[in-house]
Amino acid sequence: MAILRTENLDVFYGDNQVLKNVNLEIKENRITAIMGPSGCGKSTLIRCFNRMNDIIDDFRIKGKIFFKGKNIYDNGVDPVEIRTKIGMVFQKPNPFPKSIYENVAYGPRVLGLKDKSRLDYIVEESLKKAYLWDEVKDNLRKNALELSGGQQQRLCIARALAVNPEVLLLDEPTSALDPVASRKIEELLEELKKSLTIVIVTHNPSQAARISDYTAFLYLGELIEYAETDKIFTVPKHPKTQEYLSGKFG
Amino acid sequence: MERILKRKKIYEKIFIILSLFFLSVSLLTLFSLIVDVLIDGLPRLSLKFITSYPSRKPEGAGILSALLGSIYVMIVMILFIVPVGIGAGIYLEEYAPRNFVTNMIEVNIANLAGVPSIIYGLLGLEIFVRFFNLGRSVLAGALTLGLLVLPIVIMATREAIRLVPNSIKEASLALGATKWQTIKHEVLPISLPGILTGIILAVSRAIGETAPLITIGALTYIAFLPKTPLSPFTVLPIQIFNWVSRPQKAFHHNAAAGIIVLLILTFLLNIIAIILRNYYTKKYKL
Repeated sequence: MAILRTENLDVFYGDNQVLKNVNLEIKENRITAIMGPSGCGKSTLIRCFNRMNDIIDDFRIKGKIFFKGKNIYDNGVDPVEIRTKIGMVFQKPNPFPKSIYENVAYGPRVLGLKDKSRLDYIVEESLKKAYLWDEVKDNLRKNALELSGGQQQRLCIARALAVNPEVLLLDEPTSALDPVASRKIEELLEELKKSLTIVIVTHNPSQAARISDYTAFLYLGELIEYAETDKIFTVPKHPKTQEYLSGKFG
Repeated sequence: MERILKRKKIYEKIFIILSLFFLSVSLLTLFSLIVDVLIDGLPRLSLKFITSYPSRKPEGAGILSALLGSIYVMIVMILFIVPVGIGAGIYLEEYAPRNFVTNMIEVNIANLAGVPSIIYGLLGLEIFVRFFNLGRSVLAGALTLGLLVLPIVIMATREAIRLVPNSIKEASLALGATKWQTIKHEVLPISLPGILTGIILAVSRAIGETAPLITIGALTYIAFLPKTPLSPFTVLPIQIFNWVSRPQKAFHHNAAAGIIVLLILTFLLNIIAIILRNYYTKKYKL
């Protein structure tokens, strides 16, 4: 079942076209990796899924993106509502300069939840899901900026999980982390896909190979190849994909 | 070759000496002004000077009505410039569309900061005193001074908001917060030190202003305290100005003492600005 589907997607920044006619189906409860060299438009693509590009002044989009059958770029669709169902984790860990607790409780709070015990419960559950609870449970009032980089990124994942999204978008979530911290996040994602759909952008093909079920290869704004990860890494069809995977460019 | 090098070094030395000379000229001027004021005013400075009303006899005269008038005007002015200045700054930085009108507004706000203060006095006289019929009151004075320093607050707010990392705004929006929630919960708390600094700078600019208040007709001699925002009032700089323009030498000493009080007030405001800024910078360190 495709939970997200793009149809003839063109994206422009001013006069510069960054995505060209992208047609892609994201399967439910799977990890889909979007890989490609820098500047290929992979971050732009993932930021279209929760309408994060709306805040960029000269951003323009043509085509459609269906979330559970409904075009999220239709008139009358509220981007704020879309973002509560499609969460996002960014390249650089970006916790708020607040306590760990406040960070995780932020999402439910802006949605109007005030009940203290319910908030406590959500914070604990989200931190557990993000494999962070054991490390921080005695220090929930500590400023999030005092955590290590890997902990901060897991906190950002916990924060995104707290609003109970159906899709989690991750934009190169491990590129600022060391291998151990990265591995931990990869394990976490494999666990999380049981309950939600994950789309991860990576410039690292081996990360895509390790964790994803489907892989999309993007080059210069075009979707070159999209298939099950096993297939794309063993028998890539397109010569560009072969070149990329053999490290000829990147 | 060696001659050229030597000449270059001489030029360098001349330049350093010239810079030092100009620096010391400005510092010495300031220093001698302060010393002069202290010599004239310190003997007059006492609790009685601060708690007495102005008087015809210089030795009995004090600054109570002027000091409290200044404080009163500042408080009313802060109530005006905080919501208006911060609101305008947020709108221009976060909501205004990037177009010709916005650019015109921005350029003009920057220009307003350079308009002579007496022009604001005339504006205040026409709008607040006459049109809104507020009279020569605390409220009219506070609004006039508020207009004068509003550009400072607006620009400080915009600068402070611009320094909030984009990643923080994105994090909040991605969690389903609206733009206003993002501004309220993240942008404003993080930019608070910069905004506070702007407000206090605005107050310390306004507290020394004389011309606009004289223009709107603030009184120079007041032997009572302003009770409501619509009471007539005077402020420290006007009282000082009044004493300086008297022929008797003894009043000049009163003026010097008044200047010391005004200096201390401004100095305190700046200290508070620094303390607040340090406190919030630490609290929201990024």
